[in-house]
Amino acid sequence: MLQHKTTAFFKPYLARSTISISKTINRMINSHKKYTASLIIFITLQFIAACNGEEVQPDISLFLPSNFPPPVYDISSNPITPEGFALGKKLFYDPILSRDSTIACGSCHIPFSSFSHVAHSVSHGIDDKLGTRNAPPVMNMLWHTTFFWDGGVHTLDLVPFNAIQNPVEMDENIANVYEKLRRQPTYRQLFTAAFGSEDINTQTFAKALSQFSLMLVSANSRYDKYIRNESGGELTAEELEGLALFKQKKCNTCHATDLFSDFSFRNNGIKEDLTVDKGRYLVTLNPDDMGRFKVPSLRNLSQTNPYMHDGSITTLEGVLEHYAEGVLLSETLDTLLQQPDGTLGIPMTSPEQAKIIVFLKTLNDIDFNKDPRFAE
Amino acid sequence: MKNLKFILVAILAFATVFSITSCEEEDESTPGPLTLHFENRAGSSTLNFGQAYNNEAGESLTFSTFNYYISNIKLKKADGTYYTVPKDSSYFLIDGEDNESHEITLNDVPGGDYVGFEFVLGVDSLKSASDIGQRTGVLDPAGAAQGMYWMWNSGYIFVKVEGTSPAVTEVDGHFFYHIGGYGGYSSPTINNLKNISLEAHNSEKASVSKDAHPEVHIYADVLEVFKSPNSLSVAQSPVVMFAPQSTDIANNYADMFSINHIHND
Repeated sequence: MLQHKTTAFFKPYLARSTISISKTINRMINSHKKYTASLIIFITLQFIAACNGEEVQPDISLFLPSNFPPPVYDISSNPITPEGFALGKKLFYDPILSRDSTIACGSCHIPFSSFSHVAHSVSHGIDDKLGTRNAPPVMNMLWHTTFFWDGGVHTLDLVPFNAIQNPVEMDENIANVYEKLRRQPTYRQLFTAAFGSEDINTQTFAKALSQFSLMLVSANSRYDKYIRNESGGELTAEELEGLALFKQKKCNTCHATDLFSDFSFRNNGIKEDLTVDKGRYLVTLNPDDMGRFKVPSLRNLSQTNPYMHDGSITTLEGVLEHYAEGVLLSETLDTLLQQPDGTLGIPMTSPEQAKIIVFLKTLNDIDFNKDPRFAE
Repeated sequence: MKNLKFILVAILAFATVFSITSCEEEDESTPGPLTLHFENRAGSSTLNFGQAYNNEAGESLTFSTFNYYISNIKLKKADGTYYTVPKDSSYFLIDGEDNESHEITLNDVPGGDYVGFEFVLGVDSLKSASDIGQRTGVLDPAGAAQGMYWMWNSGYIFVKVEGTSPAVTEVDGHFFYHIGGYGGYSSPTINNLKNISLEAHNSEKASVSKDAHPEVHIYADVLEVFKSPNSLSVAQSPVVMFAPQSTDIANNYADMFSINHIHND
């Protein structure tokens, strides 16, 4: 039926086939000039109304750092708006998403620790139940190719559902979350403001949460400023030595680009028994993926301890020691951690490890952790 | 202004193409509806939840769930050509507990005699990997697909069979088969999608026209999940979800459908 309507609407224009298309269009535009004018006035009024509001809208322009590779998430499918971002933020910090209203996304992804669960090897979710893996920081999601330690989710929009229904995280039925949100007039207003309809569904819910997490871009560390030749980007001789060692020891093979991850899945020798957590195997069922986990970024390490997929190493010194002399052999151990002479790990002296740590600390982004736009 | 012009040209071009396509469709014989009616069976009888049936291994099974996705339906005409149901309206979830879901009515099927049907048992890989905007209706993980979607491993469960058996000694005698796997998004993995092709018997045909509404009665035999080519024992394997063994079960259920008869009322 829609087709017929469309055809009928354009018939007068189609009929004038002798007139050039541009002439036709000019006529259409002219006839709509007064509507355009009123539309502009309307939009202006909207802006004035917004300015008179109690809160000033935060800057929601998306930060695309020049030292980062091209984004992965298709932002045109979900353009970030002030209303969408505000709604996403409210959802992120609202424990209503959990079964008994005790756990929010922000419970285990805390802003001051780069949206990780600092000082927790694994997180305690609902009823203080423990998970099996360390809550990763939520940052630079725009560039992630997969999500979670095993990469089981392939689009950011589907990430929240996994945590919501997980029995040890939020243990809630998602349809029930929508029901609870629909009962709150505030949420109905916020969804209307963000998406033009108070319809709370999988599309609008997921897109709002994605808008918030997409904004969590961390790329203003001293290292970033150094690379982009910006003021405040001075690195000390020792830090530069650490950077040179980081490359020399080939850390950047896995911790690649200025995202400091190639997002591949690797076994870095934490466990000999790979059946404890089969990692990527659970998603691909490929025996070569047993005990492999996604390479994490190295940004904001000072706020995201403990480290590794199971949170088993508490300090950066411990991490470097692990790579130097603690790597355990198993069937799928990454070949980069097996030297030609049969020794395991990456040969590094203690002073070299210390210098690499000095460099890694230049990746701390204080502005990001304190950004008032993102805090609860 | 230039942008506006461009948009208008695009709309105009689109509308023109659209109107041409719709004219072509109108040239075909008068379309009508066709219904595919799925009847869940346990061997020679209708499947009733709560009633006991024996599998090939001789185990007594009482079913509580039998759900499956049907997608990408193609109808085969007597002359060997096909009508493909528009992809976006070709996803269906047959829910064992919801009788309404057992009838798939296809509207605007071009007139003609249909003698066979093809469909995908499961949700094809393209749709399985699609963005959130396409996850509506039976594909909404928080709606109709709840319980038919793995949140931790983005993908639909194509066939879900659950029940109890005295042969099972674990988990209170329950068995669970959640079979999915569309081949993987970024790394290859198991692919349990099955292309199903059904032929009508005894030169039966579904004659579609504006005045007739044929119904194709399709049997789905749950006991086929447990046999040929791989005999499945609930005692030995009470739980199979995303695991290598799921491919054995998918190979079993690939032949669970058959056309029983066609009404041409």
